[in-house]
Amino acid sequence: MSIWLDSKSRILVQGMTGSEGTKHTRRMVASGAEVVAGVTPGKGGAAVDGIPVFGDVASAVEQTGANVCVVFVPPRFAKAAVEETVNAQVPLCVVITEGVPVHDTAAFFQYAQNSGSTRIIGPNCPGIISPGLSNAGIIPADITGRGRIGLVSKSGTLTYQMMYELRDIGFSACVGIGGDPIIGTTHIDCLDAFEADPETDAIVMIGEIGGDAEERAAAHIAAHITKPVVGYIAGFTAPEGKTMGHAGAIVSGSSGTATAKAEALEAAGVRVGKTPSEAARLMRTIITGS
Amino acid sequence: MDLYEYQAKHLFDVHNVAVTPGEVCTTAEQAHEIARKIGGPVVVKAQVKTGGRGKAGGVKLAADPDEAAERARDILGLDIKGHVVSRLLVTQATDIAEEYYVSILLDRSNRSFLAMASVEGGVEIEEVAATRPEALIRERVDAIEGMTMELAQRMVVAAKFPVAVQQATAEILVGLWRVMTAEDATLVEVNPLVLTTDGQVLALDGKVTLDGNAHYRHEHHADLVDREGIDPIELRAGELDLNYVKLDGEVGIIGNGAGLVMSTLDVVAYAGEEFGGVRPANFLDIGGGASAAVMSNGLDIVLNDPDVRAVFVNVFGGITSCDAVANGIVAAMGELAERGAQVSKPIVCRIDGNNAEEGRRILTDFGHELVELVDTMDDAARRVAQLAAGPEGK
Repeated sequence: MSIWLDSKSRILVQGMTGSEGTKHTRRMVASGAEVVAGVTPGKGGAAVDGIPVFGDVASAVEQTGANVCVVFVPPRFAKAAVEETVNAQVPLCVVITEGVPVHDTAAFFQYAQNSGSTRIIGPNCPGIISPGLSNAGIIPADITGRGRIGLVSKSGTLTYQMMYELRDIGFSACVGIGGDPIIGTTHIDCLDAFEADPETDAIVMIGEIGGDAEERAAAHIAAHITKPVVGYIAGFTAPEGKTMGHAGAIVSGSSGTATAKAEALEAAGVRVGKTPSEAARLMRTIITGS
Repeated sequence: MDLYEYQAKHLFDVHNVAVTPGEVCTTAEQAHEIARKIGGPVVVKAQVKTGGRGKAGGVKLAADPDEAAERARDILGLDIKGHVVSRLLVTQATDIAEEYYVSILLDRSNRSFLAMASVEGGVEIEEVAATRPEALIRERVDAIEGMTMELAQRMVVAAKFPVAVQQATAEILVGLWRVMTAEDATLVEVNPLVLTTDGQVLALDGKVTLDGNAHYRHEHHADLVDREGIDPIELRAGELDLNYVKLDGEVGIIGNGAGLVMSTLDVVAYAGEEFGGVRPANFLDIGGGASAAVMSNGLDIVLNDPDVRAVFVNVFGGITSCDAVANGIVAAMGELAERGAQVSKPIVCRIDGNNAEEGRRILTDFGHELVELVDTMDDAARRVAQLAAGPEGK
């Protein structure tokens, strides 16, 4: 067992015949994930490394029993791809695609909410890995192995950095939720899942400037999370009004600053590191007691 | 992307949201001509992407074309909170009976949209929200259903708009939703929305923010980009498709992934405290799959920034393998030398992750006197801050 993704996960890749889709399908397979199907409209009947490609999600699910979709399609096709996944009632849809118009994300998120059948992770995210069990997305599988830390982060490379810092301890699952203004799975969703997961002992939460997701997570931790949480926030020195790469990472006025977020987390009993390495040290102390 | 008032009002007009007639110009002579065409009194308005322009003398009434030209001369070149006025909007003057407020924006927390309306317009809406929250009506707008006429009507009643303007205001709310969806906007705001003495409801001002991710489906959005306001290095980085933001420090930063680069800025600023307050000079994210060419363009941009005294390349090879990054650095130094560029700034590199040992070996073998390898992010930040400060400190 692991949150949302485990050894029973059967992965379908939308956009598998594209260059990114093919590359990352191979990486997922190499890391031990069970990739059972690809979907590319108009290319049904083809195959990538022996994995069958279907023309639509419904047929792929029917014939392969896929229960996780990973979306690599270009931004303009992302909305249709997610809606097709929801229609096929696939329980988990991981949207890697970067650059999706936010109106499209708002619409497909609402569509999934209305249906109630599908959890979306992303868009613009590295996906989710349950080390040693399965891997849905682009998180490198060779950084670290299975352990008892849960990790949730908006940022891809910071996820990798934190996995690397704590590679000798290992993770139960690492979720990159993405940095876009609207995302399907939030810090709070991940905190709740890790709280309920018997294979997770402690949680690392990585946030960044912009919005109020970290402040909301802090309030949620104070009320509902009993496992120890270590936090790290990127962007203490970011200037106001400038977008830093992630569309969501923008400080407007006094809200959304890294300082405000760190203070909110600390007030909720979260130990916050000033740098990734300090956060890792704090987690190491919790896990090993030294 | 934030738009100027005149651009926002043009989009309102295109989508049948009532605005006062007017035209944009850049000279007093043009202002004269526009005022003549409009006939009667006009308002000359500075076009700047900041608030408080009225108080700063950026909005003036003119009775006739000659006076409009005079006022245009007064306002052009005015510095409003660091924004120098180079464009003016000349619009028909309106006799205002009442001022209201309406807006629709992306609501990140609720992962949908939010519409707001108040009969207390013409003032800072944050002020109204803070002091008299009951005067500001907020309603969730479902991303699929949108702003229906029913919802708009419910809002104007709840916000206590006078009965005589309720229908017109509701129509404007529905019209603003058309602007939101048709133009892929993340914010449309009208403050003030006015009732004129002859009973019309018009957008007297307008604010629109467009979603950069949606530019591909709106060809005309490229024309709305404001090149004047952009730092020249940012403009060049944009042409090279690099994700770059100019900052005010001395350490050039190159990294992969937005979060890691933001984190790098912080770590350098902390380390810099020890050296008299050395700070990052830029944000530059070369992306997940950084190739040699991208690294070369990035180094070129950062090394050419006169404010930069030392460069920090911080890469975690996740998808990218570190040998590709190292080869990129070697190729970039070669290319820069070929172009005749005099590279004299030290470059501190920290590369970790996928194939890091091979990457480090490539850089060690390269043996360039300006390229230095440091093992950890914290130590590398300290070293680059020290180099940027110089032997005397900052």
